[in-house]
Amino acid sequence: MIIASTLTTNLSILVLAGFIGFVVISKVPNTLHTPLMSGTNAIHGIVLLGGLLIIGLAGNGTFNKVILVIAITFGTINIVGGFLVTDRMLEMFKSKPDRGKKELDAPDEEGKQ
Amino acid sequence: MTAPPLASSFLQSQSFRDVLYIIAFSLFIQGLRGLAGPTTAVRGNRIAAVGMAIAVIATLLNPQEGNWGLIALGIALGTAVGVPAARQVKMTAMPQMVALFNGVGGGAVFLISWAEFRLTGGFAHTATYITVFSLFAAIVGSVSFWGSNIAFGKLQEIIPGRPISLGAAQQIVNLVLVILAVAAGADIAAGDHSEAIFIGMLLCAALLGNAVVLPIGGADMPVVISMLNAFTGLSAAATGIALNNPALIVAGMIVGASGSILTNLMAVAMNRSIPAIIAGGFGGGGAIEGASGAGEHAGTVRSTTAADAAIQLAYSNRVVIVPGYGMAVAQAQHAVRELTKELEKRGVDVSYAIHPVAGRMPGHMNVLLAEADVPYDQLKEMDEANPEFQRTDVSLVIGANDVTNPAAKNTPSSPIYGMPILEVADSHSVIVIKRSMNPGFAGIENELYYDPKTEMLFGDAKSAVSEITAELAQI
Repeated sequence: MIIASTLTTNLSILVLAGFIGFVVISKVPNTLHTPLMSGTNAIHGIVLLGGLLIIGLAGNGTFNKVILVIAITFGTINIVGGFLVTDRMLEMFKSKPDRGKKELDAPDEEGKQ
Repeated sequence: MTAPPLASSFLQSQSFRDVLYIIAFSLFIQGLRGLAGPTTAVRGNRIAAVGMAIAVIATLLNPQEGNWGLIALGIALGTAVGVPAARQVKMTAMPQMVALFNGVGGGAVFLISWAEFRLTGGFAHTATYITVFSLFAAIVGSVSFWGSNIAFGKLQEIIPGRPISLGAAQQIVNLVLVILAVAAGADIAAGDHSEAIFIGMLLCAALLGNAVVLPIGGADMPVVISMLNAFTGLSAAATGIALNNPALIVAGMIVGASGSILTNLMAVAMNRSIPAIIAGGFGGGGAIEGASGAGEHAGTVRSTTAADAAIQLAYSNRVVIVPGYGMAVAQAQHAVRELTKELEKRGVDVSYAIHPVAGRMPGHMNVLLAEADVPYDQLKEMDEANPEFQRTDVSLVIGANDVTNPAAKNTPSSPIYGMPILEVADSHSVIVIKRSMNPGFAGIENELYYDPKTEMLFGDAKSAVSEITAELAQI
């Protein structure tokens, strides 16, 4: 099943993805670097797939199951939390037509005194 | 491996799932392209999230997939933790949150490698390259997990933010840990199936993660967080190669590239090399040099009051606000926005000059100001802001220190010499809001405070800014 060409293909994908990453990310302005970080953070939560595959196909043994459930939990936190928090941040960067209501559901301390 | 294949419908075929993976990573790339501007960014992030959902569905379509209860448990637990965390975190606490999310990603990577190791009988009958990539993922994932947790602890102030290091021995210890981890990995790749060796390798990597981040002080955090982000990305890409999954490879590598770009940008913005930051030289050496340099200042410091500052600002044409970590600590962003509104009512042109490493992560100040509804076009990056200082009446420095220090330009012996700064000293006058005369994180005196053009307004950033606003209203 494992043949050398799989490695070659995957390495090609890896290298090309690296170049695309550099081109795409270089266009992100400094101002959006925090959302960029948390957004890419969410994307690397894709390791979740690894946990799903392994637990599904071969998850035998209690200890293995425990490790994998933790891995799936971590991956999910990473993905769900990452995308949500990025969305929250980016909403703030959108120019708003002088909104009158407070849309933040977070218990932020308003600086008005 | 044992589960009999279910009826292999079209939806469950390998090709269909591969197509879904390709769609998923295309959506990641398209989503990140959206981050090029604030108007397209929200949609971009959502596009990437859709890509992620597709990738997860594709994985679950695998006909051999099982253990559904455990999968549901993991996803439910993760959602239960992730959603409230993301919803409730304050914008000022964003660096910690990013560190934490990054850490759990790294944690997932090394746990997955560990499970792979156990389920393949220590990588027996596994192609060597798969073993090598799995081991790489395990080491880097573990470093990232522990490093991120330490970074979180420091930012959350559970662990002291100052550098904690073993001094001269630090680099030797780090090197020994790297060698041990790689040696354990090489041993396993060469055919040793001992789990003890694997756990030893994870331990060395864990210690390394601690040893690398503990000596790094608060001001260097933007570099560290970016670097750990790159690490987790690369380890995810390695997992992708080990599992032969294109979506993982592409996503991981793009994150790796993004983290690398940011790390490099941050290091350039501090005029420091990445190895020097990792070696943790700033705190120790800088503090000593800074202390000896402190005596050289014969100049006096002028302090001002909120009322005087208000008058000075009210009669300016152009004011530039320079925010720093002090603004984040004091949660002063809303107060600053109020002050800006008050000034704009009087026809003063106000903008914000933001240094790339101001705060504790890339773009930290921008997020806070966006939270306070500061319009995007008032936020100026350093290169755009610097030529404007000459025609600025008042620069209002709020909780920023080293990024305004003229020593970076004028004093070759200074530890920050060569670092690009915001040239506030070029403006007609400068008001600095600061708690006290304590030097900044790097322990370096700021010549700006002794400049005859500079006036200091001592106090907490939030209350000082609010006082100025109150005084303005009375003029």
